[in-house]
Amino acid sequence: MHISNGIIDGPVAAIFAAFALAALAFCVLRGRADLDDRLAPMAGLVAAFIFAVQMLNFPIFTAGVSGHLLGGALAALLVGPWVGALCVAVVLVVQALVFGDGGVAMLGLNITNMAILGTAAAYLLIALLLRVLPRTPAGLAVTAFVSALVSVVVASQGFVLQYWLGGTTDLGGNLGGLAGTMAVAHLLIGIGEGLITATTVVTVAKVRPDLVYALRALKKPAVPAPAVPVAGGAR
Amino acid sequence: MSKRSWPFLLGGLLIALLLAGVVSNYASSHPDGLDSSLLKGCTVNADDEITGGSCPAQQAKDHELADSPLADYGVRGIGNDFLSTGLSGVLGVLLTFALGGGLFWLARRRNPATGGPATGGPATGGPATGGPATGGPASGGPATAGAAGGDSGTTVQPSGTR
Repeated sequence: MHISNGIIDGPVAAIFAAFALAALAFCVLRGRADLDDRLAPMAGLVAAFIFAVQMLNFPIFTAGVSGHLLGGALAALLVGPWVGALCVAVVLVVQALVFGDGGVAMLGLNITNMAILGTAAAYLLIALLLRVLPRTPAGLAVTAFVSALVSVVVASQGFVLQYWLGGTTDLGGNLGGLAGTMAVAHLLIGIGEGLITATTVVTVAKVRPDLVYALRALKKPAVPAPAVPVAGGAR
Repeated sequence: MSKRSWPFLLGGLLIALLLAGVVSNYASSHPDGLDSSLLKGCTVNADDEITGGSCPAQQAKDHELADSPLADYGVRGIGNDFLSTGLSGVLGVLLTFALGGGLFWLARRRNPATGGPATGGPATGGPATGGPATGGPASGGPATAGAAGGDSGTTVQPSGTR
């Protein structure tokens, strides 16, 4: 979902660059509370993993169209929303500066959509769903799938907003057409994102549940669980 | 904790290297959801190049760093596509891990036990203010801080001359 140079005009790109910079600075401030000796290397791995999976464009049901993981939901689940957004931003910076993917002048727009909006939407849903759904692998899988799918659609509409503000082609008032095309395409891409995110997070939770940030941070209201059920079970 | 994490990190990194280094060659080369949305109104050929019509994608300009040695996920100078894509992916994973891991390591909280100034966040607002008070004596060196009492100047000067 990387915007190429020339698609959004300079002033709007600059505004979003400033916004992205401020948002990332805020993420650093808040994320430091989460970043300890254990989370820091894990966050590096999450960024590297997202880079790798972003290379894997998969076909969607629409002929001739592909999609790839954005990673906001995956990062938010594994290392939390603040550090997670920073992980996706690191990937986007490497892609723009080294791999010629996503214009350097468009970096603020791309960070806003994929790192900020995508991760924020994902974590809001994660925080809600993990509290509502049963704490089972299935509950975690549904949480990951739904939050990932929605985050991709939200990120795609971030681009529509940016195009409305500074798109370089006059759509002749047909912004709704672009919004619809983007939403449908990214709903389908979101299914792929959801499957990849759910598979990855459930696998990590099976191997090392202590390394899944969302499972550590979003505990259900503490219940002295062992006492009551064990006593009842014994009788 | 971190000692027990390294097998997981190594395993995860190997999977990422495998995905970027090998599986990436089987990825779809069609335009993604955003690029294809911007092609609406244009006709394209089998290589997804614009052949006619009018669409937003026609405004696209070259990337600033299109001449980068790793541009477009290939290593310049390597003719074999499979090798070129795979090697660029491996380098990208290692670079992202080094850059991301390095930055996160530098930005991390140094002393999780005492909390320190970094935990000034809202969650631990109360305890954090108590942190500096107890942190002062601890970092000041226990023996001299205790003996110095009110006058800290006398303790600083001897340590400076030595």
